[in-house]
Amino acid sequence: MAFVNLKNKEVQAKVVFYGPGRGGKTTNLEYIYSKFRERIKSDMVSIKTHGDRTLFFDFLPFEIGKIMGYDVRIQLYTVPGQVKYNATRRLVLKGVDGMVFVADSMVKQREKNLLSLKNLQENLAIYKKSIFKIPLVLQYNKRDLAKEGVELMSMEQMEKDLNSQLKVPSFGASAVTGENVIPSLKKIISLTMASLQNVLK
Amino acid sequence: MASDYDDDITFTEYTLGQEQLEKIEEILIEDLINSGVHSVLLIDMAGNIIAKADNGACEHDVYSLAALASANFAAVDTMAKIVGEDEFSLLFHKGETESIHFSKVQSEFLLISIFGKKVSLGLLRLKVAEAIEKIKDVWKQ
Repeated sequence: MAFVNLKNKEVQAKVVFYGPGRGGKTTNLEYIYSKFRERIKSDMVSIKTHGDRTLFFDFLPFEIGKIMGYDVRIQLYTVPGQVKYNATRRLVLKGVDGMVFVADSMVKQREKNLLSLKNLQENLAIYKKSIFKIPLVLQYNKRDLAKEGVELMSMEQMEKDLNSQLKVPSFGASAVTGENVIPSLKKIISLTMASLQNVLK
Repeated sequence: MASDYDDDITFTEYTLGQEQLEKIEEILIEDLINSGVHSVLLIDMAGNIIAKADNGACEHDVYSLAALASANFAAVDTMAKIVGEDEFSLLFHKGETESIHFSKVQSEFLLISIFGKKVSLGLLRLKVAEAIEKIKDVWKQ
């Protein structure tokens, strides 16, 4: 539900990072913020619990320059991943234009990834949006943990678990080291903008 | 069941032409900024800014404010339902020097006014109500 301002020639689109709790959604935004700090005029907004977990969302407005004569502003949001905050996740999804699903590569988190993706599908359906139609990128996060001896699922396994039906672009990544964070972001921005192109013509 | 979903997934459910946006911004300036309000935003419930105006002396991060305001309003709306109300009609945060007033415009939009001590809440409510009626008229056009 991007807003296209014909008067100021400006587009505002909403991209939401979704996924299970402690999967690295906030860390993705923090990395993006650190990487593009000089280009991002405002501070990153985080509403956290005392235990430093995301309570409502993190928010980062991100200007990406002109596309087809329009100034494009991508509003990046995360959702709280913990199962109990479903009502909040739904609120944040309102008007979403593109999604990055941040899955946790750790073997012990396999079930949580599946439940979270299912939960995303259900919550999108409330807004009459299909997970098969919305611009979506999968990010298999925490690949760096392999070096530390943490048992990770193979990329093939994660593709089979999460992407066998969706068939969307996917990236092995590490939000902590920044590996593939920016490529995931670029991909979702290009998919989101492509879906908006008819409106901008 | 494809029919359960909207095919057009990315465009707003409302459209506003250039002329309508200009009229809305005129209303915001004439009714609110000229009455002493420092900054005013018309946003949708997804947190997008539709129109804005200020007195030239405000440097607030309005995009973050819009994101937080839409979330805040949604949270308060849920609170209202918990206590058996359809909605809380007045939402107002009072600060030492700056205060914020929120008012719903139809079901999908929110008018946010940021004002200082020189404007009384009573006058602001009156002006906001007038502006909202005029904005609704623009929408009908």
